[in-house]
Amino acid sequence: MSNNGKGVLTGEFFMEGDVACAEGAIAAGCRFFAGYPITPATEIAERMARRLPQVGGVFIQMEDEMASMAAVLGASWGGAKSMTATSGPGFSLMMENLGLGIMTETPCVLVNVQRGGPSTGLPTAVGQGDVMQARWGSHGHYEIIALSPSSPQEFFDLTITAFNLSETYRVPVVILADEAVGHMTERVVIPPPEQVHTVDRRKPTVPPDEYLPYKAEGDGVPPMAVAGDGYHIHVTGLTHDERGYPAMNAEAQDRLIRRLVAKIRDNADDIIILTERDLDDAEVVVIAYGITARVSMLPIEMARREGIRVGLLKLVTVWPFPEKRLIELAGQVKAFVVPELNMGQIALEVQRVVGSRARTIPVPHPGGTVHDPKVILEAIRSAAQ
Amino acid sequence: MARNEVCISGFGGQGIILAGHIMGEAASKFDKKSAVLTKSYGPESRGGACAARLVISDSDVHYPYLTQPNLLVAMSQEAYDKYASKVPADGLIIIDETLVDPEAVPHRAPVLRMPATKVAEELGNRIVANVVMLGFVAGATDVVSAEAMRKAVLETVPKKALELNRKAFDTGLEYAKKVVEITGSR
Repeated sequence: MSNNGKGVLTGEFFMEGDVACAEGAIAAGCRFFAGYPITPATEIAERMARRLPQVGGVFIQMEDEMASMAAVLGASWGGAKSMTATSGPGFSLMMENLGLGIMTETPCVLVNVQRGGPSTGLPTAVGQGDVMQARWGSHGHYEIIALSPSSPQEFFDLTITAFNLSETYRVPVVILADEAVGHMTERVVIPPPEQVHTVDRRKPTVPPDEYLPYKAEGDGVPPMAVAGDGYHIHVTGLTHDERGYPAMNAEAQDRLIRRLVAKIRDNADDIIILTERDLDDAEVVVIAYGITARVSMLPIEMARREGIRVGLLKLVTVWPFPEKRLIELAGQVKAFVVPELNMGQIALEVQRVVGSRARTIPVPHPGGTVHDPKVILEAIRSAAQ
Repeated sequence: MARNEVCISGFGGQGIILAGHIMGEAASKFDKKSAVLTKSYGPESRGGACAARLVISDSDVHYPYLTQPNLLVAMSQEAYDKYASKVPADGLIIIDETLVDPEAVPHRAPVLRMPATKVAEELGNRIVANVVMLGFVAGATDVVSAEAMRKAVLETVPKKALELNRKAFDTGLEYAKKVVEITGSR
């Protein structure tokens, strides 16, 4: 174990998921965390509070989650890679400023370690009910990136990925973790710093008098000057022109919103990460994410032993939704089985995309614990008929 | 591909979760097996029921939860009463004899008795009862090696308590060797 210059805690550990998330953030270059403690995400804040001062970073416990998200946006405009972590009730409070982050194209990472909801729900127990909230929780129409880890190692890896995507596309990236993965302890291998791939936001290359802070390049993403770089910037949640000044008319709205949506949609192939198992011959595909993808492995193995050709499509990226891959698979399979710890959110997306080309069998569960593997097995059996 | 499902249970304040963490680390880091630790505890931190659940396997652990524990370490009567009947006949139950009456509920699996809390008190601090128990588990079962468990204990405990914990671990280990000799159980 060494704690070297970049702060990467290289080594092999038996580490809790939440702690692995914090270490992933540090390895990605995160140097600012603002948050408010909440089960089951508190361990992320605790770890950041201890680790950030060691690497020259700043940790602030804010007065609430609204302020936390605002501070994270401000830190990003100050030039830091910034993050917060929360759970359902705090995620709700962060929605307004998440929208501000999208409108102002502010790179940052928002971790939601999901627990049972609605409201304060089940503070110490698992849920996956915030999937649609991550997609549509803030007002207005936007596109977002959300990633969902299934193990502490993946929580580490995906936190780095989240920072890289947020810096690449200048968008807040949500990590939709869950209590089960956040509180699970398992082997985590942290590579040496030279093997950690990190991305930094593109800076302007033009002289200050030619810089237009919201003039996008070919990929739809404008280079970002931050406070102190010597460029004039103006940051507002109002609809704005390429200079960043409020322009409250239909033409400016059309230009801005189409670009904000397109920079995610047009780059979806580069953004989407899927893990596929045994899909080559599959007649049934289980679509799952987070802890449920892992729980699904047991019924899939049981069904395979019964001779059912079933595979797993794990949504590492939950948003944007992998429509293209689903349409391909729909031509090959009889049915999709969609277990999730909510009463049917991603199942509705699957139905929307595959339509009548294949059956969609939701396996809803309100959370509080994970699925009984037998219930998923039953759904796989009925899907194979 | 042996899969062991271990439940260490007692009440908050006994170091149950820490014991689970140490055993998982021993398996994962030093025995190079796959190990997953999940845990449950009530809102209260001390006195409430708590359990550390470990799946330890030679191959990857996909399903991270216990399906049926084949090793129960019970450090409170409540824990024993709750889990003892779930352990199958070819499994093993280890109790802290100081705190648990094994005849309180029916059980199918054999029971090994280790007076962990009493031994810890004799060593000077009942707080190391969990480490005494880990020594016993290492000696009485082959779920993790004694060498790996010892390394994990010594790596985890605070420096100022190193000697006490080393003694606690070795005492538990010696007890187990004697019990294994007498009963032939392992």
